Amino acid sequence: MADVQQPTSGMQVVLGALSLPKKWRLGIGPIIAVIVLLAIVMAAVFAPLYVPYDPSQMSSTNRLQPSSAEHLFGTDPYGRDLFSRVVTGGQVSLLIGIGSAIVSVLVGLAIGLVSGFFRIADAIIMRVMDSLMAIPAILLAIALVALSGPSITSVIIAITIPEVPRVVRLVRSVVLGAREEPYVEAAIALGSSMPRILWQHLMPNTLSPLIVQGTYICASAILTEAILSFLGAGVSTEIPTWGNIMAEGRTYFQVNPGLIFWPGLMLSLCILSINLLGDTARDILDPRLKKREA
Amino acid sequence: MQFKSRNFDRAETILDICNLSVCLPDQPDIAPVLDGINLTIRAGETACLVGESGSGKSVTSLAVMGLLPKGSLTVSAGEIRLDDTDLLTLSPSDMRKVRARRIAMIFQEPMTALNPVMRVGEQIEEVLTTHEKALSSKVRRGRVLDIMAQVHLPEVERIYGSYPHQLSGGQRQRIMIAMALVLEPKLLIADEPTTALDVTTQGQILSLIAELQERHGTAVLFVTHDMGVVAEIADTVHVMQYGCIVEHAPVERLLRQPQEEYTRKLLSAVPSLVPRPTRPAMLDDNVLEVRNMEKVYAQGGFLVRKAGTLAATGVDLSIARGRTLGIVGESGSGKSTVARCILRLVDPTSGEIRVAGTEIARLSRRALRPHRKHFQIVFQDPFRSLNPRWTVSRSLTEGPVNFGITRRDALSRAGELMELVGLPRDALARYPHQFSGGQRQRIAIARAVAMRPDVLVADEAVSALDVSVQAQVIELLDDIQEKLGIAILFITHDLRVAAQICDDVVVMQRGVVVEYGPAGEVLSQPRHDYTRSLIEAAPGRLWDFANFREIRTA
Repeated sequence: MADVQQPTSGMQVVLGALSLPKKWRLGIGPIIAVIVLLAIVMAAVFAPLYVPYDPSQMSSTNRLQPSSAEHLFGTDPYGRDLFSRVVTGGQVSLLIGIGSAIVSVLVGLAIGLVSGFFRIADAIIMRVMDSLMAIPAILLAIALVALSGPSITSVIIAITIPEVPRVVRLVRSVVLGAREEPYVEAAIALGSSMPRILWQHLMPNTLSPLIVQGTYICASAILTEAILSFLGAGVSTEIPTWGNIMAEGRTYFQVNPGLIFWPGLMLSLCILSINLLGDTARDILDPRLKKREA
Repeated sequence: MQFKSRNFDRAETILDICNLSVCLPDQPDIAPVLDGINLTIRAGETACLVGESGSGKSVTSLAVMGLLPKGSLTVSAGEIRLDDTDLLTLSPSDMRKVRARRIAMIFQEPMTALNPVMRVGEQIEEVLTTHEKALSSKVRRGRVLDIMAQVHLPEVERIYGSYPHQLSGGQRQRIMIAMALVLEPKLLIADEPTTALDVTTQGQILSLIAELQERHGTAVLFVTHDMGVVAEIADTVHVMQYGCIVEHAPVERLLRQPQEEYTRKLLSAVPSLVPRPTRPAMLDDNVLEVRNMEKVYAQGGFLVRKAGTLAATGVDLSIARGRTLGIVGESGSGKSTVARCILRLVDPTSGEIRVAGTEIARLSRRALRPHRKHFQIVFQDPFRSLNPRWTVSRSLTEGPVNFGITRRDALSRAGELMELVGLPRDALARYPHQFSGGQRQRIAIARAVAMRPDVLVADEAVSALDVSVQAQVIELLDDIQEKLGIAILFITHDLRVAAQICDDVVVMQRGVVVEYGPAGEVLSQPRHDYTRSLIEAAPGRLWDFANFREIRTA
């Protein structure tokens, strides 16, 4: 029998990705995605150090200016510098994207492991998850914001709740398959405790699909945040985010199209590159896809 | 023993493989997968291709079918002539016409070779619709029913409309054979067609292939690893090793006077059906006692209660320290259920299980854990029974650490265990995929023995291994038993293996123990009809492979 392929560990993926550009195996797409994403993240994180204006400083004399040397992207209806607002707005959007991804993956992993391994828990957990999946993220977010006021935390919670069931299902299906493996039964026979089996034998199997799922959640969370802010149900309007910049700009779209165009461009580029990275991660981590290529 | 001894000197040559080499593309430094194979099969002849896994048997059959995986294997030299056409020069569309019409193939696993969402009759008919477009649908159906009758399927009309999952393994393989033979090909390639079947079904399928071959004059290329099957059906035998044919001869000559060292080794490794001399019974110190155990797999769900499936009932058995008890039976006989109940991987519905004096059948999972070190298991599939992400040392120390031994002590013991199972100590740092199947099975045994158990359950522990490796692992188990005095419960479908390792044998059929006694008695003077039919179905049972002669009946 041929050697069964060793499952890829996280470290091997990182090392593989680093050595691959030499051979250009991944193609140019993922590399551009990494560069674009890094640029956006750096621009957002270090925004306070270099932005020419305070993003929330209004100026009644400078309303709706077109792009110029002074205001790179022009100004908004309140005379605030659009460039400063767009790069600063990335902070909240990225924070919510990454935050939601991490929270939903962690919560989903914990619930999914339990659900996949214990039959009795499974029946109950999965029904709860089914009902959670029926709640639309946007409606839930509007309700949460109405209850607890607009904040980053409530937006993250609102995005996380409908995402968790998807992660739970993913983890559960991996665990259901893996727990029938003889090495898991051998571990039971060796007297390993349930938490130990869950964490040391079963959890590592879920890592690769979770990395992929995490990137998709991240992209969709950034988008949902933008929609929520656009609807006025997101973060407080005082904090610039890509969504509420567009929301405020939409009435003056014809006067200064940049009000929609620049935050929209950042949003699209960001989501496009995250999704591209997610696809690449899936291609690397899923041996079946690799085989088809060969 | 009656061998086939027909003369094929006048028969026309159907398949002529000349100097065929297959290699991995773009990797000239790696040894070729097939290296200059020469093989001819004449009309009506059955040529057996035998060898251990990795010897290139299946690659040869795939090369003839033109089904080598594209990009990973290519033919580098040679010819495959079928009636004077070189198959290697044909275009893919011409090759497609040759398949089914002139060459057909049967695979090992009939469940995966059949389309699960299509009625089996339609699947046979599809062959006709593709290759005989002129036939009317009525004639086609008639021919399908006719070939189904020829492969001795009962109630052909009903089976025509059945789906694969509604048929038994043997019936599915009959459908595969019907599909292969419906166009009366000149050459039939059978790649381990009976390996996945029970021994009694295997016998029926083998005689079916022989019968149809005689009726249609088909040449058969039969790929197998089982010398017993070879003795039953072969006209000529080709022995393969490392991609070369090392020896070929008519079957009787090969089994009586093997010329090559490798052939001798291969034949000597075939375990004999004659039970080994009984070992003197030791003290009546039963470490495992099972009384009246029953397991019913519940069906239905949360609210609905249905009658469950009875997997095992009224099972009584006991093993003394240092003895080996075998459970034999066909698939579905409940032998694995018994093993899993004893390990408490599933919970028995009723009955008693006493291990080293403790009743464990009713203990809760938590209360059971301290007792787990008394009984351990070795599984069938060495590729799945070790965690692929863990080093060997981590797998070997898991159990002892669970029972409060320090990691350092466990590690030094793991080193001793590796030596005990015949592997180097420094292999501890490696991962399972760096070992062969036999070596992994040794590691699995070491992991079980690390707990110093009283009872070791071996669930088909040698069934996935090649015969020569099988013999070594059996020897290892014997050796460990002698050194540590473990009682072994050995579950197998292979009577030959059971004859070589067991002191006592339990024969199970449909969840019930039908016969239980010393191995020598059960296997040489069976009292129950089922045991008798099992023994009679064992292929090559009258031949003593290791001594190259008939079995001497005392």
